[in-house]
Amino acid sequence: MQLRGTSALITGASRGLGAALARELAAAGVRVALVARTQTDLDRVVAELRAAGGDAHGVVGDVADKFAVHGIAATAAAVVGPIDLLVHNAGTLGPTPLRALLDTDCEDLERALDVNVVGPFRLSKIVAGSMALRGHGTIAHVTSDAAVEAYPTWGAYAISKAALEHLGRSLAVELQDTGVRIWNVDPGEMDTQMHRDALPDADPATLSRPADIARRFVRLLAEPQRWPSGARIDLLRAEAA
Amino acid sequence: MEPARRPRGEPLDERVLHVDPARGTLTDLRVRELPDTLRAGDVLVLNDAATIPASLRVRTSAGETIELRLAGAIDDRRWSAVLFDAADWRTKTEDRAAPPTVREGETLFVGPDLHARVTSVSSVSPRLISIAFSCEGVDLWRGIYRHGRPIQYAYAARPFELWDVQNRFASRPWSVEPPSASHALTLPLIAAMRARGVIVATVTHAAGLSSTGDAVLDAALPLPERYDLPEDTVRAVVAAHARGSRIVAGGTTVVRALEGCAHSNGGALVAGVGTTELHIARGFRPTVIDGVFTGVHEPSTSHYDLLEAFAPADLIAQATRHAEATRYMIHEFGDAMLVLG
Repeated sequence: MQLRGTSALITGASRGLGAALARELAAAGVRVALVARTQTDLDRVVAELRAAGGDAHGVVGDVADKFAVHGIAATAAAVVGPIDLLVHNAGTLGPTPLRALLDTDCEDLERALDVNVVGPFRLSKIVAGSMALRGHGTIAHVTSDAAVEAYPTWGAYAISKAALEHLGRSLAVELQDTGVRIWNVDPGEMDTQMHRDALPDADPATLSRPADIARRFVRLLAEPQRWPSGARIDLLRAEAA
Repeated sequence: MEPARRPRGEPLDERVLHVDPARGTLTDLRVRELPDTLRAGDVLVLNDAATIPASLRVRTSAGETIELRLAGAIDDRRWSAVLFDAADWRTKTEDRAAPPTVREGETLFVGPDLHARVTSVSSVSPRLISIAFSCEGVDLWRGIYRHGRPIQYAYAARPFELWDVQNRFASRPWSVEPPSASHALTLPLIAAMRARGVIVATVTHAAGLSSTGDAVLDAALPLPERYDLPEDTVRAVVAAHARGSRIVAGGTTVVRALEGCAHSNGGALVAGVGTTELHIARGFRPTVIDGVFTGVHEPSTSHYDLLEAFAPADLIAQATRHAEATRYMIHEFGDAMLVLG
């Protein structure tokens, strides 16, 4: 699929995988709207992408805020055009240091669900209809193996990611035959701030670099027919398959 | 007629009065039955403009707080706008006092991050102005979404959120009032139409203000409106005309965009962005559109007048009497009329 000339909205785009993916997409000629909560972090990434010749725009907003998401989606569509690719990359681990589920405050679980599930649901609710009407579009949920395997102390995050994946599968069956593709994309363990927050003692040498994972992600987007809508795609294994 | 004062529960149960000008008949339907009124090969064109929170509280240089309603974008920074007094939507538009007069060059303050300079005051009405915002792009949109509220009117039961007024397939923020004909069209309903062989196409049309309460200004409505017609839609319409299929407009804005485009281009549809000043009423001969799916409109509105271009005036009048007698509801969350033969 030709990515050049399409438009993308990426949440959590000021650092880590989100920023790396925005960089790769902008380099591929995609008009990119980068969403993040902090203006200064966002400005830095947008300035870098533009200096490299990218068509990039920073949209400050909190995807977990019900009354901010219309502004986020509309601003993005106004500056990059109707959205062809929506990447739900923004996520929270829940409380850190990670803790046992029964030691997790109810409010912290609610916050994890708000950011990792309800936020993506709201944004997809706003964006997916236009994709369906136009007959094409891709929505990617960035997920984790914690959505599939249960690990001690990862409860709040794991529950929310499992729900996010099932949101993806549910949307996929409802949007069957509309041309809108929904993927759950597992990038594996990366050397990011989020990973350091979760596992401060991990050896960075054992982790993937976000830039490498972003390149794999973009190759995936360029060959959409390889994976059906609703698929769970393990990016580290996808290219070997 | 009774207005729907808020979004209602089940969109597919909302009512549709099918006015068939070919047979001269009126039929009561529900939205869920809409696919049955269309044939394989028909093209339904929908307006995918998202609705902007276009009502802004602004402070004038003299320190008075008034309401400014965006009417339409002129370019990336400049907009046309209409001024209202210090009251809000809870007061009937026609009961609102004249706002203070503003001067060219004056600054209107929206918030600490956004202000606008008055670049011209219309000769039609001193309430109709052009403004240039202090920023553009993402900064301007953020300011509008931070400070604006959806435009609404006195029949509303409560303040509306954008969640209340957005069509399910809206994309770019172009409309200042909801292109509300499609408010009840769910994605499964659209999929059911496509499964019948109906071609569903799009246009983006900047639906403007429907009422200002100023008789002179209201007579000038609708103001010039922008549209963006995709190449795919042009192709679908041309092919449908060639095979004798019908073109159905999902809302009066779609009629205005497509007929306006053809009117400006010697009868041909041309893909791309344009502006239309076309007023469509009795006697207008549509060259693109065969039928309209729209709200239920009251006589002496521009929307009602437009319907008379698609069916004899006495049939539209008869349909309106029937809608009133059988309690069809009006306005943006109201029931619908399908004029299609």
